[in-house]
Amino acid sequence: MRALYWKEVNAFFSNVSGYLILGVFLVSLGLIVWVFPDTAVMEYGFADLEPLFVYTPYVFTFLIPAITMKMIAEERKTGTWELLMTSPLGTLKIILAKYLAAVTLIFVALMPTLVYYYSVVQLGDPVGNIDHAGFFGSWIGLLFIGAVFASIGIFSSALTSHQIVAFIWGIFISFLLYFGLTALVQLQMMSPFALFLEEMSISYHYQSLSRGVIESHNLAYFLSVIVLMLGLTGILIRRR
Amino acid sequence: MSLQINSLTKTYGQQKALDQVSFVAEKGEVLGFLGPNGAGKSTTMKIATGFLLPDAGDVLVNGISVLDSPKEVSKMIGYLPEHNPLYLDMYIREFLNFIGGLYGMRGKSLNARIEELISLCGLELEANKKIQQLSKGYRQRVGLAKALIHDPEVIILDEPTTGLDPNQLVEIRKLIKNVSVDKTLILSTHIMQEVEAICDKVVIINRGKIVASDLLKNLKSDGGKNILLLETEEPLELEWFAHLGEAAFVQNKKQSISLSVGDAVIARKELLQILQQKSLTLVSIQQKEKNLESIFHQITQN
Repeated sequence: MRALYWKEVNAFFSNVSGYLILGVFLVSLGLIVWVFPDTAVMEYGFADLEPLFVYTPYVFTFLIPAITMKMIAEERKTGTWELLMTSPLGTLKIILAKYLAAVTLIFVALMPTLVYYYSVVQLGDPVGNIDHAGFFGSWIGLLFIGAVFASIGIFSSALTSHQIVAFIWGIFISFLLYFGLTALVQLQMMSPFALFLEEMSISYHYQSLSRGVIESHNLAYFLSVIVLMLGLTGILIRRR
Repeated sequence: MSLQINSLTKTYGQQKALDQVSFVAEKGEVLGFLGPNGAGKSTTMKIATGFLLPDAGDVLVNGISVLDSPKEVSKMIGYLPEHNPLYLDMYIREFLNFIGGLYGMRGKSLNARIEELISLCGLELEANKKIQQLSKGYRQRVGLAKALIHDPEVIILDEPTTGLDPNQLVEIRKLIKNVSVDKTLILSTHIMQEVEAICDKVVIINRGKIVASDLLKNLKSDGGKNILLLETEEPLELEWFAHLGEAAFVQNKKQSISLSVGDAVIARKELLQILQQKSLTLVSIQQKEKNLESIFHQITQN
């Protein structure tokens, strides 16, 4: 399993597209947090990183399917899937190795944003005037969103042998779970299910982490979505 | 040390890809698995390696079922899939290192094994290239090295020589012959010379059914029968030749007949006599070389 995990991580960094994905991610976040007047921290005047946490999930819906889209789809297309499936690894470990590699890459992509935290701590008046718990709660929340989107991305990649189709599925499912369900709640006809829909959406649980309190039922929600998605992936790719 | 295929059946939609396929390959044997395109060769191999599941039947490797313990079986099988899929943007050593890792090998023993395979498969000259840059013959060697890396007891090669030039063909065959000592080796192909060159045993499959399964030498001798082809200007009747041996029209033409006889010399004499008696005009008499190709045609075309 270790061999496959490292293969996936190395494959990402031995390819121009990997750096491109990371570059685009960091540049767009940098622009949103520091440059665009509508969202920039400087214009906002408060020492917090609200824009980072509001807009990163949007960027994630594109970034993460781009990382995961080829993980299964491409192996199936080129036939190397057969090499993996006839090795002693087994489907569970194949999925886990690929999933953990995706989560690692997301973690790597998110690491540089810790610099933003340091900057805002320094910019605060007095220095250090920032809601530390709120920041780390949200940051861990972002990691969980990344982990959930990664499981969705892996699942999408198993749906098809075309990377682009996997990419679009990934965006759609992530978008639906994050924004779509919350938006549906606004509909009058959905009102009987409002609470249920609200609780099914990722954003609901993310917001509650953003308050700086890590609660077990939020973690349970994220973990169960991940397990569900990886389980469905397993069903899709098991031997036929 | 053996591979046992037990009445495999597999259906794709309406089409029966495999129908009660059974055969056994023993240790030290090279088994040639023949059949026309789409006969079910690859399907059988994919089931044997655990990539596909059969609808019925089982595959036993050293008595262990691939259905019950696919992981254990996969450790004993080295497999070169059809079309030889490889990670093209890896270097040869990187690729073999990765595959070794999948089979739980690591460290010095893995590195030593990789170097051993690079020299065994004749990859020294190209060893520092990316797989992408290799020619087809060298990619095939990498695929072979991949199949051998964990020193498996059973080796399954799905069309290992398609698309190679004649020199590469000879070398890859030599390589296959070399590695097959004290292993069980199955290879599928539709190149008959290949089978005659390296196989001990032949299994022929057609439309999902085994149609012949025997030692190569038994198949070729076919009980000491010879085939004579007779062609005349005038139409012939089968019963004229019935006392000589089994007679049949060739491609439904009344003017030509194929005769399966014991002694070709005596049969030719008698044939000429018959022709004289019936005052027929001879076009040709040929003795058909009983090679694997003709056996293959004969078995798979009706």
